[in-house]
Amino acid sequence: MRFLFDRDTRRRWFDVIMSGATLLCVALALLPLGSILFEALVRGAPALTPTFLTQSSLMGGIANAIQGTVILIGLTALVALPVGILTGIYLSEYGKHRLGGIVRLFVDVMTQTPSIVVGIFAYSFIFELSLLGFFPPPLVFSVISAVIALATIMIPIVARTSEEALRLVPTSAREAALALGIPRYRTILRVVLPSCASALVTGALLGIARVGGETAPLIMTAAWNNDFFNGLDQPIAALPTQVYRFAVGPSLAENRAAWGASLILVLLMLSISIASRAVIRLRAVRR
Amino acid sequence: MHVFETLRGRTRLRLRATPGDLAFEGLSTFIALAVVGLLVLITVILYLAAAESIRTYGLGFLSGSVWDSVSQRFGAAPFIYGMLVTSALALLLGVPVSLGIAIFLSELSPAWLRIPLTFIVELLAAVPSVVYGLWGIFILGPAMRVYIEPGVQAVLGFLPLFQGHPIGSDVFTAGVILAIMIIPTISAVSREALLAVPDSQREAALSLGATRWETTRLGVLRYARAGIFGAAILGLGRAVGETMAVTMTIGNRAAFFGSLFEPGQTIASQIASRWLDAVPPLELGALIQLGLVLMLVSLFINLFARLMVGRFLRVGEGAE
Amino acid sequence: MHVDKISAWYGPKLAIQDISLDFEEHSVSGIIGPSGCGKSTLIRCLNRMHETIPKAKVEGQVLLDGQDIYDQPAVSVRRRIGMVFQKPNPFPTMSIYDNVAAGLRLNGVRERKKLDVAVLESLKQAALWDEVKDSLDKSGSSLSGGQQQRLCIARALAVRPEVLLMDEPCSALDPIATAKIEDLIFDLKKDYTLVIVTHNMQQAARVAETTAFMYLGKLIEVGRTRELFERPREALTESYITGRFG
Repeated sequence: MRFLFDRDTRRRWFDVIMSGATLLCVALALLPLGSILFEALVRGAPALTPTFLTQSSLMGGIANAIQGTVILIGLTALVALPVGILTGIYLSEYGKHRLGGIVRLFVDVMTQTPSIVVGIFAYSFIFELSLLGFFPPPLVFSVISAVIALATIMIPIVARTSEEALRLVPTSAREAALALGIPRYRTILRVVLPSCASALVTGALLGIARVGGETAPLIMTAAWNNDFFNGLDQPIAALPTQVYRFAVGPSLAENRAAWGASLILVLLMLSISIASRAVIRLRAVRR
Repeated sequence: MHVFETLRGRTRLRLRATPGDLAFEGLSTFIALAVVGLLVLITVILYLAAAESIRTYGLGFLSGSVWDSVSQRFGAAPFIYGMLVTSALALLLGVPVSLGIAIFLSELSPAWLRIPLTFIVELLAAVPSVVYGLWGIFILGPAMRVYIEPGVQAVLGFLPLFQGHPIGSDVFTAGVILAIMIIPTISAVSREALLAVPDSQREAALSLGATRWETTRLGVLRYARAGIFGAAILGLGRAVGETMAVTMTIGNRAAFFGSLFEPGQTIASQIASRWLDAVPPLELGALIQLGLVLMLVSLFINLFARLMVGRFLRVGEGAE
Repeated sequence: MHVDKISAWYGPKLAIQDISLDFEEHSVSGIIGPSGCGKSTLIRCLNRMHETIPKAKVEGQVLLDGQDIYDQPAVSVRRRIGMVFQKPNPFPTMSIYDNVAAGLRLNGVRERKKLDVAVLESLKQAALWDEVKDSLDKSGSSLSGGQQQRLCIARALAVRPEVLLMDEPCSALDPIATAKIEDLIFDLKKDYTLVIVTHNMQQAARVAETTAFMYLGKLIEVGRTRELFERPREALTESYITGRFG
């Protein structure tokens, strides 16, 4: 009996220790997050002067990078949202058979493809086309090339989140509309899409949050530009690439600027993420 | 259900006649197939762009250990090695922590903490890779050099893996940063796997007189092990493709390394750090060939992970 | 085992109210009542399983050998008072042998010989030995539903509990498997105190010596099974057993 008692005590202690260990794991994960936010705030905030926010990187500012990121996100969304949502409509409304399963598998694989591979693709795509005489070769470093890369990353994300969003709409809503004699495509466009609009917005925001922070594919396609936007066929600055250039730059002033730029970038990305989750929770795509 | 299906089938048949329906279904099918075509296109374009390099180096590319643009000799072996070592390190450090997080969030946490904590852990995934890199250069790197690496060396310094002078901008730091970056993926997927375990399993363990931890081990972890394994593989898929944070912390030396405290290079970091300086056509082609290798590796890993997670979820549903 | 003024809540919702009841040793006690009457909640209070549900609360006493189980660690209470659930819930990733041995291993029994003996005895007691003796290393989920439920009984018996609680153990089983479990219950009562919850009145009539009837969270009537079914004292009991509601 005494032996049993001792053993039970040991088991209770082990229970407490293991529970503590899992809590420690949570703390371990929050430590870097806290440190990143803290350092970005402490080191980045002093860099945020009016000149920093209004001048181009030629003058040590990030205004052209912010402008570039906004343009890139805008153009990418313009391409990726319709394509992604239509693919989502296919997956949820039409692709109920084997073909749908294959499309879903491919889309899933695409969401997991390393973004640097997509960067190489966009570069090589333009390059191969230019060999065939379609474009002048310098176009490999251009807004067009960058948008091809970012859209390739964003389309599968939007496709999967849209599919999930559309599936949230109960079948009865579709049937009610169909029973009124409304054609199927109008049912989808007028009944199904509007009733899951907020979930679609979430999916779009998730996609934007993902491409807005992408760096590697931009280095490979948009390269950098110290000036503001000067044409779709020219390289363009962006916040993530600017953070990278400042970070690996030799001077202390540049390093301070790196923290300033990343503070803006982190705030932007976190607020998009938080906004997307505030609308509704989707689990289809995760980074 | 049956009635719904027939109803649906009938309405659909009747509506097939509308030209608008045909056009819309055709459009969405076309777009969906185009997205599939995109993945094929990526593979084909990468292959075309790397064709010359593939012709020149063939399979020997994978085993070549030199990257020299002067003598035009390019081999991938050091980067494959670097990728394997950093990913293994990331899994070794990241999986236990992620699993701990998943267990805490699904089994032990008080109900009011669950949602906010889950959300905060997920925010780790919202921080852009380049910001991790910046943090790695200025905060984690120095901390590794001054505190963590000497500490590890004091305990494990007898192993060749931990010898040499810690520099903080090395394979170990890259592995740690990768571990941090894959935590949200692994913890979220394994948390879902744990949540999918039916309560009857927990009750079975509890009714035998198991403590909370024993219940987790006996009734939950064992049941969800395939899903947890799949989660780790998904994390691996993320680790092999991660670029910027690794490029900024690994030290960028295109050679084999014997100790984790030496600089190295992964496939992704080699591509990113050489891309703008690469000498066309051969070096650029070789970088693209590296990208092709990376794509195939990640494709393989992700299909495998999908299989594991998918099978687990089917088994889970079957048992309920 | 003596239950004294037990009440239980799910959040603010009162599930059972002020129940006092005796369960005789080495006999089978049945608890019947329409679904939602609180009979499952009551039986889950008897080995402190009720409190594992978030926001659940219990008040009152359950005395085992004169001591309140709510004064003792829940873990050791559950070892002394085993439980079998509605749906068979073997551990699917474990072999049949490991399923039965799981409880013993938790309690630190490591010697293979002791485990072998306990597994053999428990499987025999659960009337499963003859069917599985050649496949002890197969997965627990490879068995049929009725066999799985007997495996769960063997698993519960392996730690030698004093009381075995059964929460509608046959509700997921076919009539033949049900008959086997009922035979088993009959055999087990010489070694164990059994409490069985069932919504099947015939089953209670067949296996239980005393039966309690519950309705809307209250204990309406308790007595010798025969008397309760043949000469119920309460009008509610009579209308339930004659099938006028439930």
